[in-house]
Amino acid sequence: MEDEIEPRIIAFLCQWCGYQGADMAGTSRLKYPPSIVSIQVPCSGRIKMAHVLEALTKSEGVLIAGCHVPNDCHYVSGNFKCLKRVTLLKKLLEQMGVDPARVRLEWISATEGKKFARVVRGFTHELEELGPLNLDHTNPNDSNGLLGVNEK
Amino acid sequence: MESSLTKKKEKIGVFVCHCGRNIAATVDAKRVVEEILKHTAVVHAEDYDYVCSDPGQELIETAIKEKRLTGVVVAACSPSLHETTFRETVKRANLNIYKCEIANIREQDSWVHEDKEKATEKAIKLTKSAVEKVIRNEALSPVKVGLYKKALVIGGGIAGIRAALDIADAGFPVVLVEKKPTIGGRMAQLAETFPTLDCASCILTPLMSAVAHHPNIKLLTLSEIMDVEGYVGNFHVRIKKHPRYVEPDKCNLCNECVDICPVAVPSEFDEGLSLRKAIYIPFPQAVPSSYLIDIDACLGTSPLICGKCAEPEVCGPEAVNFDDQEEIIEEDVGVIIVATGYELYNPTNLGEYGADVYPDIITSLQFERLLSPSGPTEGIPKRPSDEKIPKKIAFIHCAGSRDERHQPYCSHICCTYSAKHALIFKELVPDAEIHSFYIDIRAVGKNYEDFIRRVQEETGIHYTRGKVSRIYEQNGKVKIFGVDTLLDKRIELEVDMAVLALAMVPSPAIQDLASKMRIQIDGNNFLQELHPKLHPVESATSGIFLAGAAQSPKDIQDTVAQASASASKALGILTQEKISHIPTVATVDEDHCSGCNLCISICPYGAIKLVDEIAHVEEVLCEGCGACVSTCPSGAIDLRNHTDEQVGVMLKALAGEI
Repeated sequence: MEDEIEPRIIAFLCQWCGYQGADMAGTSRLKYPPSIVSIQVPCSGRIKMAHVLEALTKSEGVLIAGCHVPNDCHYVSGNFKCLKRVTLLKKLLEQMGVDPARVRLEWISATEGKKFARVVRGFTHELEELGPLNLDHTNPNDSNGLLGVNEK
Repeated sequence: MESSLTKKKEKIGVFVCHCGRNIAATVDAKRVVEEILKHTAVVHAEDYDYVCSDPGQELIETAIKEKRLTGVVVAACSPSLHETTFRETVKRANLNIYKCEIANIREQDSWVHEDKEKATEKAIKLTKSAVEKVIRNEALSPVKVGLYKKALVIGGGIAGIRAALDIADAGFPVVLVEKKPTIGGRMAQLAETFPTLDCASCILTPLMSAVAHHPNIKLLTLSEIMDVEGYVGNFHVRIKKHPRYVEPDKCNLCNECVDICPVAVPSEFDEGLSLRKAIYIPFPQAVPSSYLIDIDACLGTSPLICGKCAEPEVCGPEAVNFDDQEEIIEEDVGVIIVATGYELYNPTNLGEYGADVYPDIITSLQFERLLSPSGPTEGIPKRPSDEKIPKKIAFIHCAGSRDERHQPYCSHICCTYSAKHALIFKELVPDAEIHSFYIDIRAVGKNYEDFIRRVQEETGIHYTRGKVSRIYEQNGKVKIFGVDTLLDKRIELEVDMAVLALAMVPSPAIQDLASKMRIQIDGNNFLQELHPKLHPVESATSGIFLAGAAQSPKDIQDTVAQASASASKALGILTQEKISHIPTVATVDEDHCSGCNLCISICPYGAIKLVDEIAHVEEVLCEGCGACVSTCPSGAIDLRNHTDEQVGVMLKALAGEI
């Protein structure tokens, strides 16, 4: 994969905060790279880490945007549930040889359009530095049969 | 690869909006149409200037009818804007509203990108992912359940009274439960209220009387909630009513029982500054208007020991009834309002301020009683130690508030009520010298700042910014030590009396009550609202609302406003014939459920329970957050119209693999 290609980001956006923040970025006409595509989820607590891993096989990085801790979650504590899972997933990614920075969890409120755009730009830049990720368990070159590839 | 072919006969129509130039300037709508038509399930696709307009919606309706579409995707602005619009459109053409999905190609595409090629590619992916989702959406109808058109209000202070009256006035029955022998709460103890200096009783007692006589209100005093079961519209509540030992209907308030009772104990209503008998009425305007017997203080019924109050020559109407029993009352209600109020932070926790040791270091509520014309000193402020009128007095703000060692939060009302105390005191003792120690003056509320200024002008109060470190009483003088943080100077002051503005804390019973009702408590033990801005009076449990100081420290104005807000939210439910609930809830695959209980512990709504070792979702309780779905280790739980299969296939579409 050539280095000039914009790193692909798949975003999971909670319907109350992250998604609304992304909408706000749009309403404010703030620009960010088009290589991000998103799925709306009811709550960051809904996100299965298996889906995050799945998304990593199709992108260079995964962004999760939920409601601010501690109290903004519309379902009481879904954001904390997500935080715990992502923390664990990052450890797992590290063991797999994947830079945990490729999964990014952000708290973005409905009014934080600027933050959303800034996060996407910053994350894109960071993923450019990290380079392409070929995480594909169907890849015959992945000899250990796991999702892991050593980035270093 | 999984494709749309897995579901047969789905016929999807796609409508790509130009939104004038808003979308069309950056996204090539014609190309999106072209590409999406390649999808096997898409039988119709077209682009239009404004799909949300009447002719635009007409296009959708016509296509649904002519091409017998089973689903619709509108690639346009954010679903926040027009999802409802387009759902109504498909409904008019007899399609289920859940068979309509929005691809957000404006806010999250055309408006944020400049490269037309890339923005168009992204629009195609977003639209495909919406097509994949809508194919797999189930046609759903809202869950409908009946309801009990009755409200339960817990707490008979000003918040509970206001909420109960609002609901009762709207024509619905209310059960008002109060733990104490009378309603009225903290407000009944107050002398005057800031910033208008209205006498508290003059505002409150007519409302108490209205509660007593309201045909729609059933008042249960000396009563506590035992347990709460069920869900919005259908709560089953058990209430324990403690015996009063005096029958309110017979009691004529002649006071002879009180005169003859030999037992005297400190009065709760006067904050321990006066004595009451074992048979007593908390205060003359109490509701219900009746005496009661404090059975723990009472000597007993045996004529050998006492029982004098029950004698016919004392109680003519034979209202005293020593055989009164505890009662369990069961009620079915549709909504619950929790208004359990506050207490003052226990001054014994502030040992350095000596409130529990020295008689002339008192709490703000005790001072309130001293200022009240119906108080222990008939409104003439006298020192508890020697009944002399104090000439020099100090108010200590933030006693236990804004202090990491005690309560970290601001108690919201103390600055203003301490100023009120100063003003009333100065009117009663014109030659008084008044000191006030504060961290910041937080007079937050309509006209409160003016009030503080008025107090400064009229009383000549000496405000000292600083923290008091030690207070004690010696030789009839109260000594105060501390630091003036503006002058950076140590302070030593001698006064006749010190008043502690103690932190407001929620009633200790709130924890138990909250867990019985499955509502949340915040880090400071106040009740937690669902969302500070979107749902400020709702608890996380649908149908349970919050009012007053149980939710956060607040003054009477805010309390009453919140109580009316809660009542109106409650009425929003009570006026329904059936309750509608979102159908996009969690479902359990019974064959795969191992009965491990993990989902039950993670559900914030208590919506899942085990039935025959299998998780069962109570649909009316489920809010559709999906936390259980991502928790279930067996993959046995899924979320309707946001299934794992849908997420998987949407990811593929977004990655351009479909």
